[in-house]
Amino acid sequence: MLISLNWLKELVDISGLTTNELAEIITKTGIEVDGVYEPEDLPKDVVVGNVLSCEQHPNADKLSLCQVDVGEETLQIVCGAPNIRAGQKVAVAVPGAVLPGGFNIKKTKLRGEESSGMICSLQELGVKEEDVPEAFVDGIFVFPEETEVGADAVQLLNLDDSIIELDVTPNRADALSMAGVAYETAAALDRSYELDTPSYEEAKEKAVDHVSVEIDDKEANPYYGAFVIKDVTVKESPLWLKNRLMAAGTRPINNVVDITNYVLLEYGQPLHAFDLDRFGSAEIVTRFAEEGEEIRTLDDKVRTLRSDHLVVTNGEKAHAIAGVMGGAESEVQEDTTTILLEAAYFSPRIVREGAKDHELRSEASVRFEKGLDVNRVAQAGERACELFEKYAGATILKGVAEEDHLDREEKEVRMETEQLNNRLGTDMSTDEVKDILRRLQFGYEEKKDVFNVQVPTRRFDITIFEDMLEEVARIYGYDRLPYTLPNSSQQAGGLTEAQHLKREVKTYLEGAGLSETITYSLTDKTAAEQMISPELKGEANGAIRLAMPMSEDHSHLRLSMLPELLRTHRYNTARQQQNLAYYELGKVFISEDESHQEQPKEVVRAAGAVSGNWVSHSWQQEKKEVDFYVVKGIVEGLAERMGLTFTYVKGEVNGMHPGRTAIVHCQGETVGFMGQVHPRYQKDWDLKETYVFDLNMDRLLELYEKEETFAKIPKYPSVSRDIALVVEEEVSAGDIEATIREAGAPLIKQVKVFDVYQGEHMDTGKKSLAFNLLYLDPERTLKDEEVEEAHNAILQAVASGHGATLRE
Amino acid sequence: MKERLQELETEALGKVEKSGTIDELKQVRVEYLGKKGPITEVLRGMGKLSKEERPVIGQLANDVREKISDAIDEKQTKLEDEALEEQLKEESIDVTLPGRPVQVGGPHLLTSIIEEIEDLFLGMGFEIKEGPEVETDYYNFEALNLPKGHPARDMQDTFYITEELLMRTHTSPVQARTMGQKNGTEPVKMICPGKVYRRDTDDATHSHQFTQIEGLLVDEHVRMSDLKGVLQTFARKMFGAEREIRLRPSFFPFTEPSVEMDISCKMCGGEGCSVCKGTGWIEILGAGMVHPNVLEMAGYDSEKYSGFAFGMGPERIAMLKHGIDDIRHFYTNDVRFLSQYHKA
Repeated sequence: MLISLNWLKELVDISGLTTNELAEIITKTGIEVDGVYEPEDLPKDVVVGNVLSCEQHPNADKLSLCQVDVGEETLQIVCGAPNIRAGQKVAVAVPGAVLPGGFNIKKTKLRGEESSGMICSLQELGVKEEDVPEAFVDGIFVFPEETEVGADAVQLLNLDDSIIELDVTPNRADALSMAGVAYETAAALDRSYELDTPSYEEAKEKAVDHVSVEIDDKEANPYYGAFVIKDVTVKESPLWLKNRLMAAGTRPINNVVDITNYVLLEYGQPLHAFDLDRFGSAEIVTRFAEEGEEIRTLDDKVRTLRSDHLVVTNGEKAHAIAGVMGGAESEVQEDTTTILLEAAYFSPRIVREGAKDHELRSEASVRFEKGLDVNRVAQAGERACELFEKYAGATILKGVAEEDHLDREEKEVRMETEQLNNRLGTDMSTDEVKDILRRLQFGYEEKKDVFNVQVPTRRFDITIFEDMLEEVARIYGYDRLPYTLPNSSQQAGGLTEAQHLKREVKTYLEGAGLSETITYSLTDKTAAEQMISPELKGEANGAIRLAMPMSEDHSHLRLSMLPELLRTHRYNTARQQQNLAYYELGKVFISEDESHQEQPKEVVRAAGAVSGNWVSHSWQQEKKEVDFYVVKGIVEGLAERMGLTFTYVKGEVNGMHPGRTAIVHCQGETVGFMGQVHPRYQKDWDLKETYVFDLNMDRLLELYEKEETFAKIPKYPSVSRDIALVVEEEVSAGDIEATIREAGAPLIKQVKVFDVYQGEHMDTGKKSLAFNLLYLDPERTLKDEEVEEAHNAILQAVASGHGATLRE
Repeated sequence: MKERLQELETEALGKVEKSGTIDELKQVRVEYLGKKGPITEVLRGMGKLSKEERPVIGQLANDVREKISDAIDEKQTKLEDEALEEQLKEESIDVTLPGRPVQVGGPHLLTSIIEEIEDLFLGMGFEIKEGPEVETDYYNFEALNLPKGHPARDMQDTFYITEELLMRTHTSPVQARTMGQKNGTEPVKMICPGKVYRRDTDDATHSHQFTQIEGLLVDEHVRMSDLKGVLQTFARKMFGAEREIRLRPSFFPFTEPSVEMDISCKMCGGEGCSVCKGTGWIEILGAGMVHPNVLEMAGYDSEKYSGFAFGMGPERIAMLKHGIDDIRHFYTNDVRFLSQYHKA
């Protein structure tokens, strides 16, 4: 909401404060100030001039040659505006004047005719085009006839006004009006303000004799008041009124519309003026619309209504969507003489939904939505009548036709001084509390430090003790509250084991050379359903889709983090970043029911993607490209860090290279996978050879056991033996290793592959695998025969299990 | 014999002097001091000497032996030093050539900020709670005093999945869940960091996914001044000991009173500059006293229990701390962005 200080200072005494000081006080006590606009770059030396004569320029069709009286002298000015006429009062920038933007006005010659100054449009004086009355958008501005010649145009047009923009929170709808802001400012500054009661002369004729009001649903429409205003002359509004509307960012239209808009700004109460002669009856009925009923609204659109939209009708036909927009048929026009003025209270929920359905959020609907002061509805109508009498020459019929179901009781809230102090940590006296209530203009009874506060209906946001606590605290001043620390029960803070482990995993992966990323959980359907770890079984029910995504790119909840990690690779590869190593610790979302109605299972995963060179030391010609075993080493290291043993089995995962993918197992269950991204995928995504891993952190955290007991350092030496075995090339090293471990138990402590060979000196289809074996008995020194015995058992087992022979 | 010994001495010392390598020197040692060497031989012939002469010659022989031995040792040290000198010269390298790079990764800036905040509150006795990112309408809104149709729901444009399921718009549901687990009796002292989602178009200041950290303390006799004290402690640890805080009235449906907290601007020290838009203050977080409806819905007696809650955005804090101008940087994961924040 834009607050004109020239307007505000007529309501509350704000003298002695700069705009910024006032803004600071308003911010600190109640309403956030979003911006302060001081008049800057104001036009200088622009005065009111009287156009004495206006003739066609002898040498130019579109220019006029004017003689303009500016008070002290008469100037000849060439003017290009199409709406210039003799007898007009206009804004003249005299020679020497400066217009916004540093535009200097000088005596000059235009098409051979002398021109001493410039007749200005509002835009040229710095008014925003959307605030300029339509009649003056394409030409110069014309002052009312009675305007004094030679007067300062800047002041007359209120261009020297300062504006404070308020960001009003939903609870403070009372501050969506000048009156509300005036009450607020008065409380903050400890000065006085009271909203004036309107007064006008009423005709003998009664409104109720002309029109009737009937409410169909008193929940949806608890109050409807109809004033009847006769003998209206539709014309321009007075300058001061236009100025105030423009300062508030509202374009002046004509006096009738302007007056309703003005009262909306002043009281916060939306009003609507119907042309009674075009209304079609004298019977006003508010009701829910028929399903499919149509109305042509003021913006000339035909709108189809639903049965939960409230309408104002003439007994048959809808003439307005209640609180949202009036109908075109009964719109006030230049020839309108009789007005039916609506001052109503519509249910916030009904207006909110109506405005949303028709995409018609307006200054009026917003106020209905947020709630109105029940005691100001009819009063706002009276205020408009007062202005119609003054500025539209109207006759106001006596009273108001209304149906009224509003509860106008003031709410009572009980509070105790001690209770306030206990909650705030303050040491206020009862007198201090009383003083705050006085500033807020809240009534109360007080007995032995117990207050019964009568909350004025304008503050309909206040209903409970805590609301009053806030009122008292903010006027007392948040900056005056002491700083204390909770003396409540002390608990020792600390990370849980899982939280601690997650940090450990991050530290490990970063030490292993991977950088953390955070990617989007929402992705496109294809990416969301790719590279799903086999243990998740998420494919069956598919990725969960948002009801109304902003774009298809972010429409589904991911079942795997890898596609988004690979997107990161693509992004960086496209920017000449060569060697990439990323990981992410995040969640995937697995729907356990087909229809996606239940909350999905959220699984924490650690995933990584690596491409380019792993080692690259240029001048020593040392270089190693990332391959399967680089990433496997990282995964193995992670297992070791967590004290877990992983086993790897060749497997297939959608989106992965079928020959280079391992499913990772731990204690007999699948916990993830790793391998190379499918070459087709790499090609489609412009990726280099990329290796990934994806592990189920939730499962790993559960499988993790903190080892507490100390394992003794062996006192006896171990015995090391190497063997080279020849096997068929399909036989996997992992299988042989498992056999060796089984057959060599309990003495075998370590089995390490140290050579893999295929080629010359080997039969086709065969390969050689060399292992280093370590035997150890922690209790004593091993004898040669014992080692020999175990070794032979191993050789036998690999021979019978895998057809392995010792390499010659 | 005396002459013989003196002769040997001169001869040996001369050879030591002439030795140019350690091997030659070793040769000299064997030749003169070995078991079959001339000095041993001289000593063996001592039996022929008179009683008086024996100790004199014995002494002399030992002296000579010692002299030769010392000379050899000395020469040995000298030769070794020379050899080492030579070796060092040969081994000299260009130390300005670059080292073999060690591939080291690092945390995401948001994680660093979040962990820093976590550690601050852990130190104040808070625990860390987590919750689901796909929430129910109940925990995301209703349990937080935002019933269906509440106008303030508009403040947060929501990604709905079904009528009852949605992407959480804030981490506050974790508060409701945690309170709900306490049967309305135990105190709660927690923070909950996590990802949240809003139906926004991504631009420099909006992201449909971002992070939040919320804190909650519920107990008997919690005062608003406690909130102020905790927030000041946090602000000073996070932003510097000289930071001042300011609370201003605001509105959140789940707190009453509600406040926004500003910290004094670091750039200008409160004078007013472009960073703080001339106000001297920078908005950091929202907070307030837990609304009695929220306490009651979680099973607490709001007459007996009170509490405070606060919430902040790590992105905003990171942007302020590092002068980052576009929130999308956090999610684009440009390696040139990420690596800037890998320092400890």
